[in-house]
Amino acid sequence: MALSTLKQACQLSRLAGTLRPAIYLSARGFAAEPAQEESETITLEVNPFKGHKVEPPSNVVETNKDELFDMYKTMFLMRRMELTADQLYKQKLARGFLHLADGQEGVPVGMEAALDFDDSMIQSYRDHCTYVGRGGTMKAVFAELMGRVDGPARGLGGSMHLYHREHNFFGGVGIVGEQIPVGTGLGFAHQYRDDGHVAFTIYGDGAANQGQIFEAFNMAAIWNLPVVYVVENNHYGMGTADSRASKSPQYYTRGDYVPGLWVDGMDCLAVKQACLFAKKHALENGPILLEMDTYRYHGHSISDPGSTYRTRDEVSGIRRARDPIEHVKQIIIEHGWADANELKRLEKELKAQVNADVEEAKKSPFPPEEDFYNNIYVDGLGAKLRPIEVGMDKIQLPKGPRGPSADASTH
Amino acid sequence: MWEALREAVDEEMERDPTVCLFGEDVGHYGGSYKVSYDLYKKYGDMRLLDTPICENAFMGMGIGAAMTGLRPIVEGMNMGFLLLAYNQISNNAGMLHYTSGGQYKVPLVIRGPGGVGRQLGAEHSQRLESYFQSIPGVQLVACSTVANAKALLKSAIRSDNPIIFFEHVLLYNIKGDTQEGHCQSLERAEIARPGSDVTILCYSRMRYVVLQACQQLEKEGYNPEVVDLISLKPFDMETIAKSVRKTRHVIIVEECMRTGGIGASLSAIINETLFDDLDHQVVRLSSQDVPTAYAYELEAATIVQPEQVVDAVKRVAGSARQLVAA
Repeated sequence: MALSTLKQACQLSRLAGTLRPAIYLSARGFAAEPAQEESETITLEVNPFKGHKVEPPSNVVETNKDELFDMYKTMFLMRRMELTADQLYKQKLARGFLHLADGQEGVPVGMEAALDFDDSMIQSYRDHCTYVGRGGTMKAVFAELMGRVDGPARGLGGSMHLYHREHNFFGGVGIVGEQIPVGTGLGFAHQYRDDGHVAFTIYGDGAANQGQIFEAFNMAAIWNLPVVYVVENNHYGMGTADSRASKSPQYYTRGDYVPGLWVDGMDCLAVKQACLFAKKHALENGPILLEMDTYRYHGHSISDPGSTYRTRDEVSGIRRARDPIEHVKQIIIEHGWADANELKRLEKELKAQVNADVEEAKKSPFPPEEDFYNNIYVDGLGAKLRPIEVGMDKIQLPKGPRGPSADASTH
Repeated sequence: MWEALREAVDEEMERDPTVCLFGEDVGHYGGSYKVSYDLYKKYGDMRLLDTPICENAFMGMGIGAAMTGLRPIVEGMNMGFLLLAYNQISNNAGMLHYTSGGQYKVPLVIRGPGGVGRQLGAEHSQRLESYFQSIPGVQLVACSTVANAKALLKSAIRSDNPIIFFEHVLLYNIKGDTQEGHCQSLERAEIARPGSDVTILCYSRMRYVVLQACQQLEKEGYNPEVVDLISLKPFDMETIAKSVRKTRHVIIVEECMRTGGIGASLSAIINETLFDDLDHQVVRLSSQDVPTAYAYELEAATIVQPEQVVDAVKRVAGSARQLVAA
C-alpha cells in the first residue's frame, strides 16, 4: 500500500514540476481577490482535476503576489502552530487527544481563498488549521489546548471543539462522521434563508464509509442543498490505509448521483480553484463532493507515532515532493518576488510570533468554578442546572487544588 | 390531543418564520398522528419537510439548522426510531452548548410518541425517557393532557435549549380544552389532584392510570396527591419536596422500565434529600424489565395497572391511617 502511494506521490510531483512560466492575464475568472497591479497577477497550471459526473474546471489557476504571500504565511503559521502544539503536549500543558494537521495546510488555505466568512464550515476533530483559516487566532488555539478561559470554548471543549460563531465555523466534533448531517443542516439553513452562501462540510477518508454520510448525500441531492462535501483524504484512517478500509477509495466518486472532483490537496491553488468551482456549482445545482488528496506528517494523534502502518520513506518522500509550503515558496522564488534569504527572515519572524502567542496563551487563567455548570443550558426559560440536593442553591465543587499542575497562581 | 399539538405547531410557525418541522411523512401525508395535518399547504414544503427514513442524518440536519438560528422541530415517527439518532442527540444537541463554551445554542425540539400502545410489539413500544435522561444539556418534557400538550409544546419551541418532548401513542385521541396562546413552564410539575395522604409521582399516560386508581381510593377514604412530573429532566424538586413534606409518603408510578428508569433516579434523589421527611420507603411502580409482548394479556402485565396503584397506596398510606385511627 505504502509503495503505491509513494508512486502516486512521485507521479504527481512530476506533473507539479511542469509549471508554465508566468503569463500576465487581464481577463478575470471567478477569482475573488483583485490584484494590486496587473503585473502581479499570474496564471499557473495545477494538477488536472478528475471529475465524476461533472466537467472539471480548468487547471489553469489565476493568482497574484499578495495572495501567494498570504497563503504562504498562513500555511507557515499553521505548520508552526501544529508543531508547537506537539511541544505543548510533550510539556504536559496540552492533554487528552491532539490531532495535528501538519502537511494538510494547503486545504484550509485554498478553501478560504475561495470563500468568505458568510459561508459556513464544519470540520472533524483535526480542526486547528481550519479554525485559523476561519479567522481564529493561534493564541486562542493554544489557550484552548491548555484548557484556559481564552480558548474559543473557554477551555471546556479542548482540541476537538474549536468554534468561531462570528465567522460561521461550527466546529470541531469528537465523533467521526457526526458533522456531516450537521453540515447538511447548515446547507439547509442557507437555502431556507436563500442567502447565496454555501456550507462546506469536511470529513476524512476514515469517515467516508459512515452511513450517515450517504443519508446526508441523499437529502442534499433531493433538495438541492448548497452543500460542498469535502473529503480530506490523507490516505489513513488512524492506522488503516484507505484501500484496506474502503472497497472504493476513489472518494470523489462515492457520491454516486452527487458529482465529484478529485483535487491535489497539497497545492493550495488547486484547492482554491476547486472550491470556487464547487461553490458556484452548489449554489446553482446542489451538492458536490471534493476529494482533497492530501497527507499528514504526524500520526493520527499524538499517541500514534505514525510509523507502524507507513514507512518513514513514504512520509519523507511526500514531504520532499509535495509539501504545500515548499510548493508556494518555490513559486514565489521563481517569480522573483523574494529570495530564499528573505523568506528565511520572514519565517523567523513568523516563528517568533507563534512563540509569543504561546506565552500570551499561558497567561490566560483556567475557567472559573461557575463554568462547571454554566452553559449546560441556555438560560432561556429559567432552565439552569438544578442542584440535585434540595436546599442547596449551588453545586459544591470538591475542595483542594485544581488544574493538572495545581498551579495556585492562576486563581 | 393531536389537534392541540397541531395548534401549537401552527401558532408557533405563524408567529416565527424560523420555526420548521422535519420528519417522515409530516408534510404531504400530514403526520402519522396528524400533528402536522395540512400544515404544508399553509407553510410550504421547506417548512414542513418530508424527510427520507434516515433518523441519524435528519436529526443532525436539524441540529445544524438550529445552530444557525433556525428553530426546527424534528419528529420521530416513533420515539423508538430515535435510537438511531442517539449520537446526534447526545453529542451535538445535548453537549454542544457546553463544548462550544456557550457560543452555540441548539434551540431544537425533538418530539414523537413513545410508550406502550395496543399490541404494537416490542420495538414499537419503547420508553426512551430513561435512555435519554443522562444526557447532559437536554431537557425532557412529557405532556399528558390536551391543555398541557399545547402549552408545553409552545414553550418548547420557544426555548433555546434542546427539548425532548415525549408524547404517548395512546393519548393522541383524548379530548379536552386548550387555553388560547398559553405557554406553560417546562420545568414545573402539575398537581393533577391535590391531597394529603400520599404523594403519587407520575407522568404521561400513567397520570390517567393513577387518577383511575384514585377514583377507587377516594371511595375507600384515601386522599392521594397526584403530581404529574411534566419535567423529567430536570425534576421540579420544589413542587415534589413541598408535596412530600406534606404527605410523608411517596409512590412513583412510571411506564419506563424498573432498571435505570426515571423512577430510579427520582427515588434516589428523594431518598437522599428528603429522607427525614419520609415515613415509608419510596415505592416505585414501573414496567417490568421485559420487551413488551405482542399478546394482549402479557402486554398488560408489563405495565402498571390501576389495581397495582391502589394496592401500593393501601400498603403505604394504610399504615399511617391506622396510626391516626388509634
